[in-house]
Amino acid sequence: MNTLPGLTLGLALALGASFAAPAQAIENTLVVVTSFPKDLTRKFKTAFEKKYPGTRVEMLKKKTTAGIKYIQETAGNNSSDLFWASAPDAFEVLKGDGLLAKYSPNAPGIPDKVGAYPINDPDGYYSGFAAAGYGIMWNTRYLKAKKLPEPREWEDLEKAVYHGHVGMSAPSRSGTTHLTVETLLQGDGWEQGWAKWKFIAGNFKTVTERSFGVPDGVNSGDFGIGIVIDFFGLSSKASGFPVEFIYPSVTTLVPANVGVINNAPHPQAARAFIDFLLSDEGQTILLDKKIMRLPVNPKVYAKAPPDFPNPFKDSSIGSAVKFDVLLSKARYNLVNSMFDVMITYRLDDLRNAVKAIQVAEAKLAGNANPKAQALIDEARALVAALPITEAQAADPAFAGIFKKKRKKATDTVTGRQAEVEQQWDEFVKANYAKARKLAEQAASML
Amino acid sequence: MSVARHPGQSLLFWLIALFLLSFLVIPVVQVFFVAFVDVNSGGFTLVNFLDFFRSSLFRESFYNSFYVAAMSVLVASAIALPLAYFTTRFEFKGSVIIQSLGFVPLIMPPFVGAVAMQLLFGENGSINLLLDEYLGFTVPFMKGLNGVIFVQSIHYFPFILINLSASLNNIDRSMEESAQNLGSYGMRLFRRIVFPLAMPGYVAGASLVFLKVFDDLGTPLLLNVNNMLAPQAYLRISSIGIDDPMGYVIAVILVVFSLFAMWIASLALRGKDYSMIQKGGGGLAKRRMRPWEKVIAYAIVLLILLLVLSPHIGLTLLSFGTIWSYSVLPDGFTTEHYAEVFRETPEYMLNTLLYASLAATLDIILGTAIAWLVLRSKLRLRHWLDYIAMAALAVPGLVLGIGYLRSFLGVNIPFGDRPLATWWVMLVIALAIRRLPYALRACNSALHQVSRALEEAGENLGASRMRTIWRVTVPLMAGGILAGFVTSFATAAVELSATLMLVSTESDAPLSYGIYVFMQSAAGRGPGAALGMVAVLIVATGTYLSHRIIEKSRRERSFERV
Repeated sequence: MNTLPGLTLGLALALGASFAAPAQAIENTLVVVTSFPKDLTRKFKTAFEKKYPGTRVEMLKKKTTAGIKYIQETAGNNSSDLFWASAPDAFEVLKGDGLLAKYSPNAPGIPDKVGAYPINDPDGYYSGFAAAGYGIMWNTRYLKAKKLPEPREWEDLEKAVYHGHVGMSAPSRSGTTHLTVETLLQGDGWEQGWAKWKFIAGNFKTVTERSFGVPDGVNSGDFGIGIVIDFFGLSSKASGFPVEFIYPSVTTLVPANVGVINNAPHPQAARAFIDFLLSDEGQTILLDKKIMRLPVNPKVYAKAPPDFPNPFKDSSIGSAVKFDVLLSKARYNLVNSMFDVMITYRLDDLRNAVKAIQVAEAKLAGNANPKAQALIDEARALVAALPITEAQAADPAFAGIFKKKRKKATDTVTGRQAEVEQQWDEFVKANYAKARKLAEQAASML
Repeated sequence: MSVARHPGQSLLFWLIALFLLSFLVIPVVQVFFVAFVDVNSGGFTLVNFLDFFRSSLFRESFYNSFYVAAMSVLVASAIALPLAYFTTRFEFKGSVIIQSLGFVPLIMPPFVGAVAMQLLFGENGSINLLLDEYLGFTVPFMKGLNGVIFVQSIHYFPFILINLSASLNNIDRSMEESAQNLGSYGMRLFRRIVFPLAMPGYVAGASLVFLKVFDDLGTPLLLNVNNMLAPQAYLRISSIGIDDPMGYVIAVILVVFSLFAMWIASLALRGKDYSMIQKGGGGLAKRRMRPWEKVIAYAIVLLILLLVLSPHIGLTLLSFGTIWSYSVLPDGFTTEHYAEVFRETPEYMLNTLLYASLAATLDIILGTAIAWLVLRSKLRLRHWLDYIAMAALAVPGLVLGIGYLRSFLGVNIPFGDRPLATWWVMLVIALAIRRLPYALRACNSALHQVSRALEEAGENLGASRMRTIWRVTVPLMAGGILAGFVTSFATAAVELSATLMLVSTESDAPLSYGIYVFMQSAAGRGPGAALGMVAVLIVATGTYLSHRIIEKSRRERSFERV
C-alpha cells in the first residue's frame, strides 16, 4: 500500500483493537477468482486491505463458467487462492474435481440454514457468506405506459396481459436461473412445474444469453418484467432505475459461496479473507446500496434499511419449498437441456401456440361452448406435454447421457445427447404446431 | 520446386508456418479433436457430424447463418458503395469526414454498444417511442434475423468501404482516360472499367463481411437470436461444457465452410489481371460537383453517416446520461461516469493501446509476407498459409483462449518462472491471430494491384530482391497495408472473448475487460459506456495518426521523385 506508514499502522491498530482476534501475519498477496461485479469486490478489497495493510488483493473477474474452466485448466500450475461466486453447483463441480481445500471458518453467530437451504457445504469445502433468492422485477414506467398490473406470483406471469413483456435467462446459461427453474419443478411437481414454465415462457419477449441481460433489459425498458435474482432487482432500484422487486411465495434462498482452492499459494491470506467475509464488518458491507445481498448473520439485519427483506425473521421468504440438492444435482444437465430444447430454441413456436390459446380463451370467456373448450384443453395439454417422465429423468443411466465426463475408460453410456435432443425437438415442434392449429380452430368456432 | 534457388523464400515460409502452427493450429486442434471423439467409447468417430446433419435445429441454424451473412453483404454494399463512390470520383470536401468517420462503426465496444443500440432502436427505444407517439406505429428494427442483418451491416460495412476505397484510389488514371478517349462515359465507364478494376478490393471487403457475419457470435447473442451456427456452438461449449462434441462439430463446420467461401471468392478473381503499370498521382480523375449535385451528395452522405454512427451517438448519450429507462433521452446528464473511469482504471487504456498496436503491427508484417509469398513465390504449399491464416476468422475466441491455456500453461516464460499462458504477450499474440485475416485480405488485395513488371524493372536495374520489396512493392501497397492496420487495430482494441479467458491479473487487463467488469452491475452501465467511448476515441486517434504518418511518407516520396 502506498499510504504513509504511520497512517497505515494507526489504521491497523484501530481496526485490530475493535476485533477479538488481531490481524495475524498473512502473505502479502491474495488472488481471488470471482464472478461478482466490481461494486461488490471493490468494497471488500478495500476493507480487507485496510485490515491487513501488508496484503494486496488481486480480484480476477471471470464469468462463473469461465472461472471454473480457468481453475480446472490452471490446476497443474495453480496461482489462485480463492473461488468466490454465487452458484453452489459451481462449487460442487470444483469439489468433485478435487480442486478445493477444506476450511472451517472462524465465524460465530452464523446459523445452519437460511430459508430451507443449508448455508455451508456439509463436507466443509466451501462456505456461504450471503443469501439470494429469485423473484420478479419490473419497470414501473413500462407497466404504466402499457397499462399492465403489477405481478405478485409466478402464476400471474402466465396471464395473457403479459404476452411479450417478460424476460428471463436460460438455466443452462446461469446457475442461479437453474435454481429458479428447479425450485418451481420441486415446488409444483415435475409435470405441473414444467407446464407452468412453458406457459410463462409463452409470454417471453426474450431468453437472454447472460443472467445480467435480464435486469439490463428491464432497466432499459426493453421488456417490462424480468425473472431475476434479488440483488439484481434491489441494486438496480438503489442505483436509481424506476424498478421494483418482489419475492413470490414459491422461491428458494440459496447461499453465495467462497472456497479455498487446492494448493493455494497464499493459504493464510485466503483463510483470513473468508473469516473477514463472515465477520460483522464483512457482513455489513453486503448492505451497501450498490450490493444489496442478504447477509447470513442475522445480527447484521439490525443495520439494514427499513424495507429490506429479512429471511431470518420473515419465514415466508424461501421456506415454501424444501429444496432437494441431491435431486437437483442428479438431473442438473438434463433439466438445462430440456429447457433449451423446449423453450429457448423453440421460443417462436411456443409463443405462437400460447398466443393462439390465449386468443381462443379470450373469445370463449363467458360463453358455454364445450366443443371449443375441449379443443383448447387439448391444445393446452399438447403444449404442456413432456418428452420424458420424471422417473426417466431420475434414472441415472438416462441422465448419464447428459454428463460429459466419463470417470473411467470402461464407463459406457448408450445414446448421445445430440441424438436425444433431436428426438425431443421433433416432439415439441410437432406438438406446438398442433396446439396452435387446435386453438385457432377453437377460436374460429366462437 | 525452386527451393534451392530461393532459400530466403522457403525460410520465410517456414517461419510463418511455424508461427501459425504453434499459435493457431496446435492450440485449436487441442480443443477441436473432441469433435471426432465418440463420447461413449472414447474412440475416433464421425457420428457427431452425422448428428449435426440429422438435427433440424442445426440445419435451420446453418440456413439462418447463411441467409444473414448473404443479406448483410448486400446491405453493407448498399451503404459502402455510395460513400466510396463520392470520395473517389469527386472533389468532395465530405471525403475527409467519410474517411475519418467511416471506420468508426467497426469499433463497437462489447455490451455497451448493445445496450446503446437497444435504447435507440429497440422495441421501446427512442426511435420507436417517438414513432409511436407521433405516427402511431413502430418498426421492429432489432427483431429476429432482420435485427441481426441490420446491426451486422452497420457494424461491418467499413470492411467494404476501406478495401474498396483503397482499391479505387489505386486505379491508374490512364485506364480511365483511355476508356474516355474510346468514348465511354458516366455509368458505363464506372460499370465497365472502374468497378471491374476495383474488384479485388470489393471482393476482399465483401468476403470479409460474409465470413465475419457468418462466424460472428456477439451480435446474435446481444439480440438473443439463438438459431444460428456460431451462437449454437458457443452456447453448447459454454453451457453443456468443454467436452461436448457438438459445439466443436459446429466450429469445425464453420471453419470448413469459411474456407469454402474464400475459395469461391478467389475463383471470382482468378484468371484476371488487376495489376497496373503506372502509378499516376493516385487514383481516378476527380470531378468538381455542380451545386445541386453537392447538396444531394451531402444529404446522402450525412444520412448514411447518421445511420451508421447511431450506435455511437447512443453510446455518447449513455455515457453522459444519469438514468435512461423507457424514455427518448436520459433523465439527466452528468460527467461523473468519466470521472469514475479515469479515477479507477487508467491502466486499462495504456494496456489497450499497447496490445492493439503490437497486434496490428504483427498482423501487417505477417499479412504482407503471406500475401507476397502467395502471389509472388512459386512454393508449392504457399496457398495453405493463406487458408490457415484465414481459418482464424472462424475459430471462436473462447476456443482459442482455452487452446492457449491448454498448450502454454505447462511452458514457462523465457527467463521467468510464470507460465507462458498467463503472460500478457500471449494476449497480444492471441489478438494478432484473431485479427490476422483482416490485415491479410487487405494486403492481399493491395498486392493484387501491383504490377510485377515494376518489381522486375527494379531487379533489372540491379536492386536486390529485398531492396525491391522494400523500395517498390511495399510503398505501392501502402494504402492496403494501412487499411489492414486500421481494421486490425480497431477491432483488436475491443476484442473480448479470448481476452476474458487469458487475462490473469487485473493490471494486465485491456479496456474491453474493464467494460465487461463494469457491465455486470446496474450502477456500472454509465461508467461502462464512458469506458466504451474512451475505447472509441483511442482507436480513432490511433487511426488518424497512422493516416497522417502514411500520408506524410507518401508526400515525401513523391517530393523525392520530383
